[in-house]
Amino acid sequence: MRERTLGSKVFDTANHIVLLIVGIVTVLPFLYVISGSLVSSEELLTKKIVLFPTHISWDAYRYIFATKVIYSSLLNSIFITVVGTLINLLLTTLMAYPLAKRTLRGRNKLMLLIVFTMLFNGGMIPTYLVVKSMGLLDTYWSLWLPSAISAFNLILLRNFFQQLPESLEESAKIDGCNELGILYKIVVPLSLPAMATFALFYAVYYWNSYFTAVLYINKSNLWPIQVWLQQIVLLSAGGFTDANALSEVVVPPESIKYAVIVVAAIPVLLLYPFLQKHFAKGVLLGSVKG
Amino acid sequence: MRLVSDMKREKLLYLMLLPGLLFFVLFKYLPMLGVVIAFQDYQPFAGILHSPWVGLKHFHRFFMDPDFWMLFKNTLLLAVYNLLFFFPLPIILALMLNEVRKHFFKRFVQTIIYIPHFISWVVVAGLTYTMLTTEGGIVNEALASLGADKVNFLLSTDWFRTLITSQAIWKETGWGTIIFLAALAGVDQQLYEAARMDGASRWQQLWSVTFPAIRTTIVLLLILRLGSFLDTGFEQIFLMLNSGNRDVGEVFDTYVYTTGLQNAQFSYSTAVGVFKSVVSLILVISANGLAKRFGEEGVY
Repeated sequence: MRERTLGSKVFDTANHIVLLIVGIVTVLPFLYVISGSLVSSEELLTKKIVLFPTHISWDAYRYIFATKVIYSSLLNSIFITVVGTLINLLLTTLMAYPLAKRTLRGRNKLMLLIVFTMLFNGGMIPTYLVVKSMGLLDTYWSLWLPSAISAFNLILLRNFFQQLPESLEESAKIDGCNELGILYKIVVPLSLPAMATFALFYAVYYWNSYFTAVLYINKSNLWPIQVWLQQIVLLSAGGFTDANALSEVVVPPESIKYAVIVVAAIPVLLLYPFLQKHFAKGVLLGSVKG
Repeated sequence: MRLVSDMKREKLLYLMLLPGLLFFVLFKYLPMLGVVIAFQDYQPFAGILHSPWVGLKHFHRFFMDPDFWMLFKNTLLLAVYNLLFFFPLPIILALMLNEVRKHFFKRFVQTIIYIPHFISWVVVAGLTYTMLTTEGGIVNEALASLGADKVNFLLSTDWFRTLITSQAIWKETGWGTIIFLAALAGVDQQLYEAARMDGASRWQQLWSVTFPAIRTTIVLLLILRLGSFLDTGFEQIFLMLNSGNRDVGEVFDTYVYTTGLQNAQFSYSTAVGVFKSVVSLILVISANGLAKRFGEEGVY
């Protein structure tokens, strides 16, 4: 047994306390908006600061889900996220597989071209002009296509494919499988944990993406929830209250803002345990170098 | 016979590359060619092929503009703030987590501090606004109940850099610990054993055994940071900018958006973007050279 000196004990206690404070500071803003969205208007009137509401009221959520805008923008966000993630996974996998072949001619030149895009890019305006000239403005293709492959993820997935045993592919080849068949039947099933990680990271990217929608999409009925969140909370736009909203309940405007923030953040928080499981395994970290 | 089947195989591989290649050509390399409009008076109807060439006119205008020094100062200050106040924190936090012996507690803290990394900047800006507003925000209500004056954090030029830096600290410090924790996991436990035998205290162990294990990671990340020194986080700043704090908040990236897309000065704002990209590229290349000189692997 290791003996513990007094100094060592003081060190440990202080360390634990500081870490606990760091943890509390991290969750406090979440706690604040969640309780703010659940507080009733009466309680908000009597008390200025409410961290733990005595009476939980779902009025703010009833209110925002009764407005057409929030409901449809949530559906938009789900659609953008699901389709976008599938496109990105498909394109990234299709490209990573040939690049993982050491025998592929021109492979190093291609890798150089890909790495260079991580160091230098045309910037916002030229990219905007390309998207515009392709007629993608005001369609979701403008959100999906310009970010269809992340060069960084592509390189990570290629490295992952490279370390798979070649003997498996050889046997499939003898069985008469072509490259597409090998990818679909052998490589992808073997890489499921890595693919799941990339799927989650792409999904979080799409759910959170905000500025691309501001840049490329002018029609407000196509906006994702993140853009509406900015309109409602930061610009205090009242325009989202429409005739469908419940007019008989009185909901404090602050509570509505809090509820919109919670709704925009909750899907990521639900995905988080899965995300954590994967990055904790080091799927990403182990392959960063290589 | 063998050769034919090999070529067939290769053909299929190239076919699989095609969609991705098309993506890189259309959305990465075409915009790179598009930067030539920085040297033109680009007119949307004439297009790149028929717009008049004007040489360095836009660059000249930009360097002569008083805005240039404002943007330069704002970008530089935010980057320095980030380097001084944000950069050391993940290192300290990782060292602290590494000292925790109770596995459950360590996992618990880690689980919590990684969360903000996955939250969108819009939500972070939303949290900041609702907490700091003078109309019922928790911070100002607390100030008022203590008898202090309310502070308009969101519109103030004095608080802008503090706000931006604090947001970055809250969102990314926890996530930043991962790379250091990975390096620390590789430390040979026998080294601690030996240090204890020699009577080293916890502080001495921390300083002589743990810290050297992450020194190369620190140098590498510092160099990477220098390479992306001018990347101040567009979305974050864009969301926190308003008429009150524009004088200290406008940086190169946001300026490109406001002049380029809101005022439709495509050529001028592209010139600003090109200036920033070129400076960044030079920084990355020299940072990488620096890394190699220090005997590190370099980043690319």
